[in-house]
Amino acid sequence: MFGTVLVANRGEIARRVFRACRQLGLKAIAVYSEADRGAPHVRDADQAVEIGAAPARESYLNAERILEAARQARADAIHPGYGFLSESWRFAEAVQRAGIDFIGPRPEAIRKMGDKIEARRLMSAAGVSVLPGSFDAVDDVARAEAVAREVGYPVILKAAAGGGGIGMARVDKAADLGAAFAAATRRAQAAFGAGDLYVERYVERPRHVEVQVFGDEAGTVVHMHERECSIQRRHQKLIEESPAPGLPAATKEGLTTAAVAGARAIGYSNAGTMEFLVDEGGGFYFLEMNARLQVEHPVTEEVTGLDLVVAQLRAAAGEPLPWRQSEIVQRRAAIECRVYAEDPSKGFLPSPGTVQKLELPSGEGIRIESGVEAGSAVSVHYDPLLLKLVAHGATRAQAIERMTDALDRSVIEGVRTTIPFLRRVVASAAFREGRVHTQMLEQGAFNA
Amino acid sequence: MPEEIKAHITGVVFQIATKPGDRVAAGDAVIVLESMKMEIPVEAPRAGAVKEIKVQEGQTVQEGDVVAVLE
Repeated sequence: MFGTVLVANRGEIARRVFRACRQLGLKAIAVYSEADRGAPHVRDADQAVEIGAAPARESYLNAERILEAARQARADAIHPGYGFLSESWRFAEAVQRAGIDFIGPRPEAIRKMGDKIEARRLMSAAGVSVLPGSFDAVDDVARAEAVAREVGYPVILKAAAGGGGIGMARVDKAADLGAAFAAATRRAQAAFGAGDLYVERYVERPRHVEVQVFGDEAGTVVHMHERECSIQRRHQKLIEESPAPGLPAATKEGLTTAAVAGARAIGYSNAGTMEFLVDEGGGFYFLEMNARLQVEHPVTEEVTGLDLVVAQLRAAAGEPLPWRQSEIVQRRAAIECRVYAEDPSKGFLPSPGTVQKLELPSGEGIRIESGVEAGSAVSVHYDPLLLKLVAHGATRAQAIERMTDALDRSVIEGVRTTIPFLRRVVASAAFREGRVHTQMLEQGAFNA
Repeated sequence: MPEEIKAHITGVVFQIATKPGDRVAAGDAVIVLESMKMEIPVEAPRAGAVKEIKVQEGQTVQEGDVVAVLE
């Protein structure tokens, strides 16, 4: 096992990783930007190194500065958290070249899954069902039109280098393709420095269901069951839960089998998530793989009783997986609500500022993962996630009751948050009955 | 009658989308702010010509700050 671990991240996820380090008796190193000098994650660590100015490019996305900090602190390993450099295969490779262990999959696996077209090809070859569409970058509108005609409208254009919904465009008819293609190319170029697009059939009212996988260096891969993550805005999740309510047994079996087969096919190690769309008939299609720890990993921890971050540290140190598949059992139910500094009454506009007051619930079946405290500045420079509320119970109904209570007892002043919106979703009949899909928000299902 | 265009959120100026003299329609992006990983356009409230841009790329603006003026 390592002696010292540097966490190349901030906010709640940095604090979560530090907790795992403490549990294993490892020395924890924080890095921070000028804007984060007084941040809770800095105080949580045994040692902290300032790495640059507030803009992420100059600090949390600055691989050189982070490596310098790791050398200075004599770190044996770097945990990237999620976001920032977590899915940069170049960063993972640079970490290894510096003689430091990267807590995550091998750079080659990150690269393969980061190229969404290559991921489609590889998963399809591994027998995982993917949506009908192109298996190469479509270079021009004519080529996109040919693919769209073949798979049938509506289609969706996606960026090969994409993720997070950036550079995606739904196209309903051939006449709209030209303009959508140009706009999506421009957005992909601006966001990722690469404008390559691919085409997939668009699924109406799908559920987003994903499977947590975990592999060790020796090539053993297991799954840790599924998470339902359909409540999204701007293609980004707001509420996640496990088990996925009402998921047919055959679909669940198919999903977990496909997820393990797909991960195995690319020699995947450490924690990863295989994301799928599930259509109204129970059919499922590979969407993408997130080659890192997910924001929503706590719901999986609550239903399996496993500590994913401790497992990540152990696996990265070369230890074999401590569990067999049959020992990983999904018990009880867990729900996570993401509390963002955004104003749901204004289309989820960012709401930077200072957290003036913060009162959070506690008690049986409640878990909080917070990156802020009263007095924390919520900067324009970073992701607006403030904290995660996790509720678990013997049944889904009990988890919902606890979440309802937790949301009611949460008081955050100084910035607008997603809490009023989360309350409406959790109180809705559609959510309580598990009748959810990814397009509900844009269709106004939870409007006040 | 000149009209001031104010930022509706706090953010960093990501892009100046227009220049003095440009004609804009109501709803056109005059500048684009970046806040919390999102790009948010500051739109012209009505049609007109841009008289003045009051900010520079990379500058932090507060909610309510004047970013541009329409003729």
